[in-house]
Parts: sequence; C-alpha cells; structure tokens
Amino acid sequence: MTVDANIALLTIFVLSVFVGFEVVSKVSTVLHTPLMSGANAIHGIVLLGGIIVTGQATQPLEVALGIVAILLGAINLVGGFVVTDRMLEMFKPKKAPAQNKGGDA
Amino acid sequence: MSSTWTQFGYLVAAVLFILALKGLSSPRTARNGNLLGALGALIGTAVLFFSGIPLENLALIIAAIAVGSAIGAVSARKVKMTQMPQLVALFNGVGGGAAALISVIEYLEHGGEDKLALTATVFTVVVGAVSFSGSIVTFMKLQELMTTRPVIVPAGKYVTILVAVATVVGAVWLVMAPQTWLLVALLALALVFGVLFVLPVGGADVPIVISLLNAFTGLSVAASGYVLGNVLLIIAGTLVGASGTLLTREMAKAMGRPITSTLFGAFSGTTAGSAGPGSDRPVRSGSPNDVAIMLGFASKVILVPGYGLAVAQAQNVLRELADMLAERGVEVDYAIHPVAGRMPGHMNVLLAEASVPYEQLKEMDEINPEFSSTDVVLVVGANDVVNPAARTDKSAPIYGMPILNVDQAQQVVFLKRSMRPGFAGIENEILYDQRTMLLFGDAKDSLTKVVSALKNV
Repeated sequence: MTVDANIALLTIFVLSVFVGFEVVSKVSTVLHTPLMSGANAIHGIVLLGGIIVTGQATQPLEVALGIVAILLGAINLVGGFVVTDRMLEMFKPKKAPAQNKGGDA
Repeated sequence: MSSTWTQFGYLVAAVLFILALKGLSSPRTARNGNLLGALGALIGTAVLFFSGIPLENLALIIAAIAVGSAIGAVSARKVKMTQMPQLVALFNGVGGGAAALISVIEYLEHGGEDKLALTATVFTVVVGAVSFSGSIVTFMKLQELMTTRPVIVPAGKYVTILVAVATVVGAVWLVMAPQTWLLVALLALALVFGVLFVLPVGGADVPIVISLLNAFTGLSVAASGYVLGNVLLIIAGTLVGASGTLLTREMAKAMGRPITSTLFGAFSGTTAGSAGPGSDRPVRSGSPNDVAIMLGFASKVILVPGYGLAVAQAQNVLRELADMLAERGVEVDYAIHPVAGRMPGHMNVLLAEASVPYEQLKEMDEINPEFSSTDVVLVVGANDVVNPAARTDKSAPIYGMPILNVDQAQQVVFLKRSMRPGFAGIENEILYDQRTMLLFGDAKDSLTKVVSALKNV
C-alpha cells in the first residue's frame, strides 16, 4: 500500500469521526436505545470483511473461521436492523392518536 | 464491475449509513432512518459480490449468510420487548467476534509483512475480542443468567491491571515479532480482559457499557476495513465508533454518572454495607381496594412505570386505570425516568404500545417539580429510579443518579412483587416510610384488581 493511499484512508477516517459525532449530537433520551441498536446494526457490515477473507482463503482452518465470521456478521447485520425496526414500530401507534387529539382541540 | 463503480456503490452505501444515523436521532424519522441503513447494507453487500474480488468457497459463503440472516431475523422477531436490550448486547458481541476472527484469518493469510496493516490487525483482534466477551457478560447479566450486581473479583483491580498490561505488551510484541502462538495468546488475554472489564459493572450502568462496547466494535470494524482496504468498512465502523462514543457520554450524563465511575466504580467503591438493616422491618401493605380509594379520591396522581411493568406486560391495564381516573376528573401524568426499565426509552416504547397519549408522558426534569403538589404517586415495578439513596447515600452504587422525587408526594403506593431490592441491589428507604403503601403481587394482577375495585368506589 502506498503512502498516498494511507493518507486518503486517514482522511476518510478523520472525516467519518466528525460526521459520526455530528449526526447524533442532538438526540433525545427516548431514542438512545433505538439509536444504539441502529448503530449496532450498521457495524454488522463487518459481514463484508468476512466474505472478503473467506473468498480468498485457501487453508481449511481459514475457511472454517471465515464461515463463522460470516455467520456472526450476518446475525449482527440482519438481526440488528430487524430488532431496531421492532423497537421503532412501537412509536408508530402513539403518533396517530396524539396527532388526532391535537386536530380535535 | 469496474473498481470505479465498486467505489461509487460503497459511497452510496456510506451516505445511506450517515442518513440512517441522522434519521435515528429524531422520533419522526427514526423508522425510515433504520430502513435506509438496511438498504445501505444491502447495496454494500451486493456491490461486494459484483466487484470482482476472488470468491472461492462461494456456496459456503452464501449458505453462511443465509443461516446467519435467518438466525438474526428470527431471534429479533421472536424476542420479547423486555429482552430487547440483552439481544442488542448479544448482536454487538457477535459483531465484535466477527471482526476479531476476520483479522485472525487475515494474519494467517498474509502474516506481518506490512507493519501498519499488522498494527491494525492486532488492534482489531484485541478490541473485537474485548467487545465479544464483554457483551456476552452484559447479556448474561441482563438475562439474569448471573447476578446483576457488580461482581468484585478478589484483588480484581490488580488482576485487571495485570491483564491489561499483558495485553498491551503482547500486542506490541506481536507487531514487532509476528508469531502465531502470540496471536492466540493475545486473543485469549483480550477475551479475559473483556470479562474483567464488565464484571464490576452493575445495575443501571449496564446499558452504558453496552453502548461503549458498541463503539468498540465499530472501531474494530473500521480497523479491519483498513486491513482489507475496504472503504465502506472504514466509514461505517468509524461512524459507529464516533457516534457510539458520544451516545455513551450522553447516556452517562442522562444518569448523572461520570463514565469513569461507571466503569471503575466497583474498584473504588465499597458495595457492601450500603443496605440498611435487613428487610424484616415493618412495612405498610394494603389491599387493592385501599389503593383504589386512595387513587379515586385524589386530585392529582402521577404514575411511575418501571421494569416490573414491562415484565408483567401490564401497560394496557395501567392505561385503563389512568383513563378511568381521568374520567373521574383526576389529573394523571406518567413520570418517565430516562433509564426506567433496563434501557433508556424502554418505558416510552412500552407505553406507546398501549397507545398512551404522548403528552401524558413527562420526562424527569419536567415532572420532578410536580411531585410536591401530588396526592398519590403510583410506582409500578420501579425501584432504583425512585430511591432517595441516590441523593443521600454516598456508598450506594446509584449515588449521584438523578431520581424521580416521589418521596415529596403526599402518599406513595408501590406495586411490587416482593421486598427484593431493585436491579442495583440496594434497599429503598421509601418502602418503610409511613406515607407509603405496598401492594404485593404481579403488576398486571394488582392493577386489574385495582381497576375493578375502582369501579365500585
């Protein structure tokens, strides 16, 4: 890897840190758990890493470990998004009556 | 697919992840935000498959993705509302485990020719493994497979420091002189450190630790992205690492706990001896009828839901009770402590399910001045979040946490299963107060009885 590529990756890393801080800077307590859960799902993208290493693995041990990594990554990714959606689903029925009430008054 | 298109696809996925986090920060856009994140993940995965990377073992890879997705989706669908926090902890742990494994394979495949890449590899192995074992312990604590209290290992402070130092030395050594046995030893050390790191954390601090470990996993994913030269992993992992760190700080602030005391409180504090003299002290217990009369003739009632409400799934009955009281002209509000239940926002989710109007849910700062003018506070399965020991008892593990000032109300009714102390494992002095009445039993049963008694009042 050339020095230039490293600098490019470092730039991406540093900018991502700032974006990460910025996007969640004003979050209400109510959403702490779903936000944590959603962020948790996003790092499930580690699945891609599992696919990459398994795709080029040659030794049986590496393949076996890679398959486990893919399995865990997929659980993290899919389970994470589904459980977050379930948490947020609960917010929906609340919205409708609250708004109706506002409309009547 | 050419490399340019691959990179472009990753860029689209990365933007979707940023929009997802942004969306999740506001109630109105949260659900769509989550869906955008899922879309980003789908695009990222599809792009990888068409990017032209070597794909040996393709059948196995696809099978593993299918099985993993099925396990994740089914467990996320099946889990009870009350058990969601520990499922999130578990998902976080397996993500960290995956990152660690990927780096182990990468090491076995390429060894340590590039020192910078090797440093990132070692970082991922250590942080991923800490996140994995730490998350498993938090899962066990929340699932009550082990004690929920802080666990103090004899001389734990020194053991932890020793393991931490050994891990750092091992990591540096491995980078200097790559050897496979050392990698395995380092992996083991990191797993042990994860356990030691989380064991002393107890009670209401557990969610903060989950959030911190979530940020850890994010960083390890970012580092593995560097090792594999995958930009999407770097961006996604870093986003989670940064937002997770900030979120951890916010959560700690909401509970009035400096992060350091959360993580190292058990080392410095003495956990024994905070409870008063045993629970054989006299308490005033009442019948559902007594409670119905108190509530029915009050002019202002505040309901304080807690974990017991979630366990008993009593949110609908509670709402029925609140509606009946409102019909009688009683002013009713719900006081929502930021960490009531096992996670911030737990109660909001639960009460939303029972279609409680949003405006009746009052946050702590808003409701606290109201207690002194309140006739009756009905505490349903909450304990630590109303425990005045947080204000007065410096030795209590919850000392310093802001609480709901229910002790300022005229009368307090506790619906409790037993005299067992709360999650933090400390006695609550309000229970023994003259103005307090206890109604023992499952929250749902008790509330149902109170509701039917109220019909005759």
